This record gives sequence, C-alpha cells and structure tokens, in this order.
Amino acid sequence: MIFDFLEVLVNAGFWAATIRIACPLLLATLGELVCERAGVLNLGIEGIMSIGAMVGWTAVYMGADLSTGILAAALVGAAFGLVHAGFTVYLGASQHVTGIGITLFASSMGYFAFRLLLPSSTTPPKIIAFQPLDIPIFSELPFLGEAFFQHTAFTYLAFLAVPFVLWLMNRTPFGLAVKVAGENPMALEAQGIDVLGVRTLAVIIGSALMALGGAYLTMSAFDAFYFGMVNGRGWIAVALVIFASWRPSKALLGALLFAGLDAYQVRAQQLAGAVIPYQFFLMLPYLLSIVAMVVAAKSTRYPKALLTPFRRGERH
Amino acid sequence: MRFEARETIPHWLPWMAVAGAGIGTLCFAAILIAAAGASPLVGFRELLIGAFGSRNAITETGATATPLIFTGLAAAIAFRAKFWNIGAEGQLYAGALAVTYFGTGLIELPPFLMIPFLLIVACVAGGLTLLPMVLLRQFMRVDEVVTTLLTNFVIILLVSYLLEGPWKDPYSLGWPQGAAIIDAGALPQLVPRSRLHLGFAIAVVSAIIIWLVQSRTVFGFAGKAVGLNQSAARHAGIPVTKTIICIGLLSGGMAGLAGATETIGLKGYLTLDLSPGFGYTGIAVAMLGNLHPIGVIFAAIFIAIIYVGADAMSRAIDVPTYLADVIVATTVLAVLIGLVLVRYRVVMRG
Repeated sequence: MIFDFLEVLVNAGFWAATIRIACPLLLATLGELVCERAGVLNLGIEGIMSIGAMVGWTAVYMGADLSTGILAAALVGAAFGLVHAGFTVYLGASQHVTGIGITLFASSMGYFAFRLLLPSSTTPPKIIAFQPLDIPIFSELPFLGEAFFQHTAFTYLAFLAVPFVLWLMNRTPFGLAVKVAGENPMALEAQGIDVLGVRTLAVIIGSALMALGGAYLTMSAFDAFYFGMVNGRGWIAVALVIFASWRPSKALLGALLFAGLDAYQVRAQQLAGAVIPYQFFLMLPYLLSIVAMVVAAKSTRYPKALLTPFRRGERH
Repeated sequence: MRFEARETIPHWLPWMAVAGAGIGTLCFAAILIAAAGASPLVGFRELLIGAFGSRNAITETGATATPLIFTGLAAAIAFRAKFWNIGAEGQLYAGALAVTYFGTGLIELPPFLMIPFLLIVACVAGGLTLLPMVLLRQFMRVDEVVTTLLTNFVIILLVSYLLEGPWKDPYSLGWPQGAAIIDAGALPQLVPRSRLHLGFAIAVVSAIIIWLVQSRTVFGFAGKAVGLNQSAARHAGIPVTKTIICIGLLSGGMAGLAGATETIGLKGYLTLDLSPGFGYTGIAVAMLGNLHPIGVIFAAIFIAIIYVGADAMSRAIDVPTYLADVIVATTVLAVLIGLVLVRYRVVMRG
C-alpha cells in the first residue's frame, strides 16, 4: 500500500501533471507579486483570471488564432488592472474592497458576455486548444522527456514568465522604481519619478499576467469555458505570494510545490478514494494555502507601503 | 484635476453618494440591457413587475432580502472595524450545518424554545468559524482576507461531504440534501402561502439591535475607534484585540444566522445550493448601506429587488440572468467612487 503511494513519484505522468497545474498558479502568482511589490494588493485576481479565461477562449472560438487569443486575454487583464489602479492608486479607495469589487465585476461581466455571445447549450462548445509541442531531442529522453518536454507552447511560455519578471524587477530601472514605490514612495517622488504612474503600470502588467493564468485554463489545460472554473486559484496565488516572500524565484518554487501536492492529491484519491471521501482531498489545496501563509507569517516582511495610497503633497 | 480633502463632511453627504451610486449602477445596467438587444425601459418595467407586480413577487423579494440583511450586517460590522471578513459564505453554511445537526431530531423542544435555540447555535457556529482567522490575524499577522476566502471553499466541500455521506437524507431520491428540520424548529410564515418567513423580521430586529449597540455602547465606540486607527485606539486604552475578537464573533454570527434562516425558514432542509453567493453579495449590501446597520436593511431590499426582478426580466426579454450579478458588483465599485467624492472634492486646476 505504502509502495503504491511512493510509486506515484516515479511516474512521468505525475510530473507532467505537476507542470500543467503549476502554470496558471505561476502566472497568477507572478502577476500578484508585481502588483504587491508596487504597494498595491490586487484582490481582483480571481475575477481577472476568470475573464481572462473567458476572453481568450471566446476569441479563439470566434475564429482568432491561439496567439491572438492570448493577446486578447492579456489586454482585457491589463484593462481591469487599469480600473483597479484608477480606484486604488489615483482615487485612493480601499484596496481590499476595490479588489473584491473587481473580482465580482470581472467574473459576472465575463459570464454575462459569455451567455450573450453563446446561448446556453447542453454540451459546452470546445475549441482546438494548444497541442503538445515536443522539444527536439529532449522530448526523446526517457522519463524526463514525457515529464518536462512534451508540453504545450503556452506551458513553456508560462515558465518563461519567471525569467521575464526576474529581469523586469531586478534588471530594469522600471523594476527598481516599482520596488521603491512599494517600500518608500516618498523617496521615489523625491527623484522626480511619478509614483502613481509607476504603480499603475505595475498593476497593469501584473493584471495581464493574471489574465494569462486564467487563459491557460481554457486554452491549454482544458478546451472549454465553464462557470466558476477558476475555483479559488486566484486566492491561492495571493497566499503563494506571501509564501514566496515577494520573490519571483520562490514563487516558482511555491507554485511547483503546490502543484505537485495537488497532482499527488488526485492520484492519492484514486488509491485511497474508497477509504477517504474525495471532498477531503479537494480541501487540501485550500488548507495548504492557509498553512503556507501561517508558516510564512513569522518571517514575512511585507512591502512597507503595501495598502497605503500615495497622494502627492501629503505627508505619510 | 486634483483631489482636495474636505474640511467637514455633512452627515447627509455619504447617503447622497450611496444613492448616486445606486442610480449610476442602474444607468450602467441600462447600457447592458441595450447591449443584449432589448429596450432598457421595457427591461426596467419587467424588473419592477417581477419584484413588486404581485403579492407573490413582493413576498419573494422580502424572502430574498432576508439572508442579504444578515450577510450585509456580517460585512458591515467587520468592515467598520477594518476587519476584512470575506468568509460570510462559509460562515453561512456553518450556521446551516449547525441547525441541521441540532434541528433534525437530535433535540426536540417546543417551538418557542426550539427556534431561539437553533438561531443561537447557528450564530455560535458562524462566529466560531471566523474565530481562528481573527486570532491568526491578531496574533500572527496572517492576512484575514485570504484565509477567510479560502475557508469558504473548505466549508462548502465539508457540506458536500456531509450531504453526500453521513447526513444524506435517505428519502431524498438521490439528491444530496439533509434531513428535514422538525416542525417545532421551522420558522412560521409572515404572510400565509408565501415564502416570506419570520426570518425577515428577525433580520430587521438584528439590524436595529446592532445599530443601537454601535451607537450607544462602549463596545460600539471601541469598534469604530479600532477601524479608524488601530494604534491610536490602543494608545487610548481600548482593548483592541478583545474588541476585534468580539466583532469577529458577531460578524460570523450574523452570517451564520443567514444560513439558519434559509434552512429553517425557506428550504426546510440543507442543500448544497442553499446560497447562490449570498456571502459575497453581502459585501455589496454593506457597501451600499454605507456600513450602517439600518442602511443595510434598505440596501438588502434594493439588491433583492434586483435579484428577483432580474430573474423575471431575463425570462421576459431574454437578457442573461448574470445581469443581476453584474449590477451587484457594479454597486460596490460605484459606492467606492462615491465615498472618495465624499472625502475629497475634485478641484480643476486653473
């Protein structure tokens, strides 16, 4: 019995599933991370993922090619990021309430538009989603090939987001400005840099990444759009950002760890499903996120200016 | 263009902002109805007929407002103290689980004891569901937004397990639903042959009591002080942690009551679709009610009109029912804009 549970780990399918499950979490976590580094908590994440999933899928369903679908999802994410930034950065409204409002708004608008474009039918319409793209030579490798090199282009793209965000945050003047905007916006203002503009741009980029995380679900992981399909992944990503202590490389680790446990959970369910009801396995991702937050809480150092609106000419 | 803080805020201004937000939302809804290819005027007419057009429609609106008053209070109480409880959905189900556990035959009392008993256990269950997140925030600095949100999913899965497993009603013909609440525990109807039950009156009375507590007691004042500035409140000698714990218990308790009254008043048994997101809608109710308990009553009725009316409208003119959810979400954002305009005036630079 114990042997069965260990055998899962040497199964290439398990590792491939881990990679697939990690992608939407990774994109969403990186997106939230960029927002929070600039000092803006973006709880619109769940809704932005949902509308990203809907828009990317619908664009392809309406005849656009897959890359246009990805672009459409990113653009709608960016647009909602602009709305979130307009409220929280320029108007200084509560970041918590705005985020929840954006989540409610983006997901319900997505459903409304989806129903408007596609009247209800018994079988959900499908698109031809991203197909596996074997990396030459590497995909031939035993075990490793099947586990890591036979994924879709979108999957490789999701993982390339890690070096992109690392480069953006650590190698560009904009990244530096984002980090200062999240730690000490007065210092940024003193340099003559527009704090509000930097924060807004960071939220736009972050929100585009979140929408891509949602689009991954409908365009690569599955080939249809379902209501409620994001299913709390956004909230899990917010927890993962804390777990990663706002570092992109640790976000990668967190997303993989989390996805691995989730993939394992599905397989353990098949092995122990007769003994333990499936609902308890499904609870694990949510419970683990809470545990991850509690574990990280002790050593966590939040960006200092997180949740604090900045107004030119006002002291803080 | 820039924002300039107002020196004084007239007490009526926030209510104007809220009313303006409601009107703005309806304008946005009109655009969406037009986008769906229907006439907004016909749409609003159908909406009003659906919510008020008959005795049945009016009682249905009242029945829908009932859980919204409770979840609205849950959010309003917590948000006033800047405690972001987004877990009302889970706490609602915790209350429903509690009344199902005690109210399906485990304990039998005469109705005048049974009903208060069930309401109290639901209130306690809702409060205790939120308590760990309150403690995590106050003692370990774990953000309560994410923990309360994630707990919703855990509790709904727990309900799913209980209803498909040990608590499943054997007479329910395969549907996952709980056993029926005993007659002594059922809330009486307010209007005969309708779905409007005593829960509506209980919700209104709860809102009034909470308003009195907030405006007339030391605890109410402490909650407000904690919300305005936690460290200043601590320096002023207000027991901050104790206050937040009490607020958390009260907030979770209100959400628990929403689940209780839906179970013992409306449905008569627990189902997995007991709440179509009342916990989340409560946030919109609280915002639209300006976080004021009496405001919450009116906001809940407004949102109930939208829900019940939009349902009728979508049947009449073929606009997706999701319009109601869009309207609810838009109110949250519109109120936020309104509240900014309350605190700041827009000055055109010239």
